[in-house]
Amino acid sequence: MEKRELICIGCPMGCMLEVTLDNGDVVSVEGNTCKMGDTYARKEVTNPTRIVTSTVVVDGGTSTRLPVKTACDVPKSAIFDVMEQINRTHVNSPVKIGEVVIANTAGTGVDVIATRSVS
Amino acid sequence: MKSYDIVIVGGGPAGLAAAISATNAGCGSCLILERDRELGGILNQCIHNGFGLHTFKEELTGPEYASRYIERAMELGIEYRLGTMVIDISKDLVVTAINREDGCFTIPAKAVILAMGCRERPRGALNIPGYRPAGIFSAGTAQRLVNMEGYLPGKKIVILGSGDIGLIMARRMTLEGASVECVAELMPYSGGLKRNIVQCLDDYGIPLLLSHTVTDIAGRDRVEGVTIAQVDEHMKPVAGTEVYYECDTLMLSTGLIPENELSRAAGVEMNPVTNGPLVSETFETSIPGIFACGNVLHVHDLVDFVSEEAQSAGRYAAEHVRHNTGEKTAEPVTVSAHGGARYTVPNTVNVKKINAPLTIRFRVDNVYKDAGIDVYLDDERVLHLKKRILAPGEMEQVTLRKEWLQSKQDLRNIRVCVERE
Repeated sequence: MEKRELICIGCPMGCMLEVTLDNGDVVSVEGNTCKMGDTYARKEVTNPTRIVTSTVVVDGGTSTRLPVKTACDVPKSAIFDVMEQINRTHVNSPVKIGEVVIANTAGTGVDVIATRSVS
Repeated sequence: MKSYDIVIVGGGPAGLAAAISATNAGCGSCLILERDRELGGILNQCIHNGFGLHTFKEELTGPEYASRYIERAMELGIEYRLGTMVIDISKDLVVTAINREDGCFTIPAKAVILAMGCRERPRGALNIPGYRPAGIFSAGTAQRLVNMEGYLPGKKIVILGSGDIGLIMARRMTLEGASVECVAELMPYSGGLKRNIVQCLDDYGIPLLLSHTVTDIAGRDRVEGVTIAQVDEHMKPVAGTEVYYECDTLMLSTGLIPENELSRAAGVEMNPVTNGPLVSETFETSIPGIFACGNVLHVHDLVDFVSEEAQSAGRYAAEHVRHNTGEKTAEPVTVSAHGGARYTVPNTVNVKKINAPLTIRFRVDNVYKDAGIDVYLDDERVLHLKKRILAPGEMEQVTLRKEWLQSKQDLRNIRVCVERE
């Protein structure tokens, strides 16, 4: 049995979690105060994921940068591939909040979407 | 100029939530005065996720969180002026402001809500020796440059201070291709949220040096490097521990200070611990009709709690406009912080007047493991909460039922204490 200590990033409470593993399989999660902690711990020890946020260049709008995010979490290992694609992206205004800016970013199956509107 | 029931100084998360809630509570005319080019305040540059888990039960970015409030304010037809800076608030609630269209003008109000937020502690307040080269930024300034203006402040970064903005910027700069050498923190604990240490530093292998500070900045025209040394228990640098880090940029994330020049000039009584106004449970300051909420009152770590607090302040301000009789109410009960608790918000409570549970927010002065939060009504302990960990970087709160407060005969003082078990 292997034990791993984690800090939950599900919310700002930052619960201290203890995950018990048996040959890479999660046996138990302790220390979480909600379901998010359990989900996070199981993912973190098997396939850690993160939401990526950044900006893309927006032309002809009221501002020059458009904030974007991955619509949901992507594998940690894909973060820099996602960033590389985000950095190559230019969009034209107007853009509406929630609009897809990059479909299926870096082959993750996840879209990059606008997090504000630019007119 | 036209008069308003409520004038709100600042169009960030606090000002927006206060305006919406005041309008919902029946306030006929609300005006938000915002000095920036758009509403939303600092949220516009906080493009990372993690906002709104309490309020909306989902994880939003700063601009998304702001847009929910901006849309709501627009639906309610709340008036606002951009590019407008308030320069004075008088005791009889006349607000003086300036902008490019109207010049200098005054607005009489029946209530004023202070929602100016806070600003960053600058280099000048830190006493770091060395020249004044280019390449020294407060973390928030760097954040605005990267996220809104599209400039990269540097390629090789050292960050002093482990406040949340510094941690967020360590990740942001790394994602944009810069190399973040380390984050140095004077205190033996981080000033930021634990989750940010995990997902901003640990994820990218950025070292966090606790009990370390910058003792010298090299470079005349541009930062060329910084010297970092360990500090002892008195926070004095330890000779012989100096390490030189080559870098082109030094970012400072060394604390936030509520921006209260207007409040002070108006004569509002201040709390020397928070650098924010002293307030009652209705968020009213020592000047009747002037209310305060959000980071101008005390620095929050979660915008969700700013919104919640501002919502209450807006509702109470609307009530004040409706029912203000100018009568002095009974002597209020004082709320005070003891033991490891540094301060409380609010500072006084009109026990007879309250109609909802009382939330008291506070911060602790150190890291406490297996500690307890105790609340006393005079000498009687009414609440005891066990906490596995308490840290200065995380705001705490307790909620007291109004029955407890109102059933206590001749209550004079509510004490919030933090003690090791």
